[in-house]
Amino acid sequence: MSLTTDEVKKIAHLARLGIDEQDVESYARDLSGMLDLMARMSELNTEGVDPMAHPMDQVQRLRADVVTEQDNREKFQAIAPQVEAGLYLVPKVIE
Amino acid sequence: MHNKTMTQLAHGLRSGEFSSVELTQAFLDRIKQHQELNAYITVNEDLALQEACAADIRLANGNPELLTGIPIAQKDIFCTEGVKTTCGSRMLDNFIAPYNATVVEKFNQAGAVMLGKLNMDEFAMGSSNETSHYGAVKNPWDTNTVPGGSSGGSAAAVAARLAIGATGTDTGGSIRQPAALCGITGLKPTYGRVSRYGMIAYASSLDQGGPMTRGAEDAAIMLQTMAGFDEKDSTSVDLPVPDYRAGLNNSLAGLKIGLPKEFFGEGLNSDVAVTLETAVNEYRKLGAEIREISMPNLNLAIPAYYVVAPAECSANLSRFDGVRYGYRCENPVDLTDLYTRSRGEGFGKEVKRRILMGTYALSAGYYDAYYIKAQKIRRLISEDFKNALAQVDVIMGPVTPTTAFGIGEKIGNPIEMYLSDIYTIAINLAGVPAMSIPAGFAQGKPVGLQIIGNYFAEDRLLNIAHQYQQVADWHLHIPKGFE
Repeated sequence: MSLTTDEVKKIAHLARLGIDEQDVESYARDLSGMLDLMARMSELNTEGVDPMAHPMDQVQRLRADVVTEQDNREKFQAIAPQVEAGLYLVPKVIE
Repeated sequence: MHNKTMTQLAHGLRSGEFSSVELTQAFLDRIKQHQELNAYITVNEDLALQEACAADIRLANGNPELLTGIPIAQKDIFCTEGVKTTCGSRMLDNFIAPYNATVVEKFNQAGAVMLGKLNMDEFAMGSSNETSHYGAVKNPWDTNTVPGGSSGGSAAAVAARLAIGATGTDTGGSIRQPAALCGITGLKPTYGRVSRYGMIAYASSLDQGGPMTRGAEDAAIMLQTMAGFDEKDSTSVDLPVPDYRAGLNNSLAGLKIGLPKEFFGEGLNSDVAVTLETAVNEYRKLGAEIREISMPNLNLAIPAYYVVAPAECSANLSRFDGVRYGYRCENPVDLTDLYTRSRGEGFGKEVKRRILMGTYALSAGYYDAYYIKAQKIRRLISEDFKNALAQVDVIMGPVTPTTAFGIGEKIGNPIEMYLSDIYTIAINLAGVPAMSIPAGFAQGKPVGLQIIGNYFAEDRLLNIAHQYQQVADWHLHIPKGFE
């Protein structure tokens, strides 16, 4: 199976991932190669097999509903690209 | 000093033969002397010496642990408070973690000294260490070849005696493959054995941290500190941690070893095969019984992995958005531009390839055909392991199809690079523990033997590795120029 350059651009948009125009073709080629590799999965009949998401088949552990974390806002925001008055700054979203 | 085992060093520290400060300084000097390997991303000399100083006080005042004062290094995927954690990526080039990974915290509590942070493939995606933003690491056995990946800096540092031991992480072979290519011992524990808290996520249902050392005894010592339940990691398993050194000297008489015929077929380099055969024969002499087994679904491990891992990676790496930490592009015009360019400029090509693949596999209309199908195959592969490990105690095989390949040889062909993970990937899908131990040389380069065990049988694997290392000394060989 092969992916077109338009499909690659669409996927990149879904992932909000900038890719250089000059690289689009090589991504299309590499991803098509990966899809060919994956096509081998269809050789095996997996009807009735239970999908395995996780090696341990664990259930989510529960804990008492009590506060365990302290406020680390200042520490966490110290490494942010842009903050002001305790808020993360991004370009204007609403006009 | 740098050729001693951890137990020997612990003894030397206690007898006053040398101090932790002297030991640490000796390693810092070696690191400086061998910068050409590019094994470290960050060396924190002041911090290391401070920790060594504290260790010397603890050693003098009593109550030290075995690792107190012993210099190790962390793969740069483990968050270290106050010390840069890059994950090999431009995205995190400026990232100073606000907290320690549980693994780092445990080594701190044991009083181990951290020499620095080790180079790795970007976000642990790669099998050659060539995808690192900080450049390729060189294999100390032949500096024209790769050390393997993604824990390539860890493997090169341990092989070149630039640390006594190192941490690694393994999602599809990232501890075992570099251990094999650099001639050291590496252990990927059972999924859930070692906390993933503060270990930057690649594929959460596969990632597992483990020790990389010269010999199995040192691996047992490091794992002892790393393993155990952690309430901060919801996938950490709440089972008691055995004493990993207690059974190292158990006899291997009657041990049943299975060799999957699927591991020894086409694709395995014939010199590597001969080396492995000799190693397996050594086990026969130690009293083990060898039999051929079959694991029919192993051939689908690579396709299933390259759906599951990229799918999880595309979800995990969505957190890098240029807003809260990490790289942000200059002058974004709007929010979409901020996300798109920060990620586009912050991530390298292999990471982007996997994000794209995962996004595609999870997108509407393809989810069942790729993701669910891969998860079904994952179930069948894990049943192959269960069936095999009901017949035999451990499975043995190659770690890699060839010895270390050349820098630049495969980086242009990602599919070929993926195929080199053929013997390691299935283990992560099943979640069982596995080791790579030095088993000799082919064409002058190290060959690793893989030992795969049942869930939580790390103690048995370490015993089997250690017994071999009593009769074979491959793990003691030193690459030329690093004596």
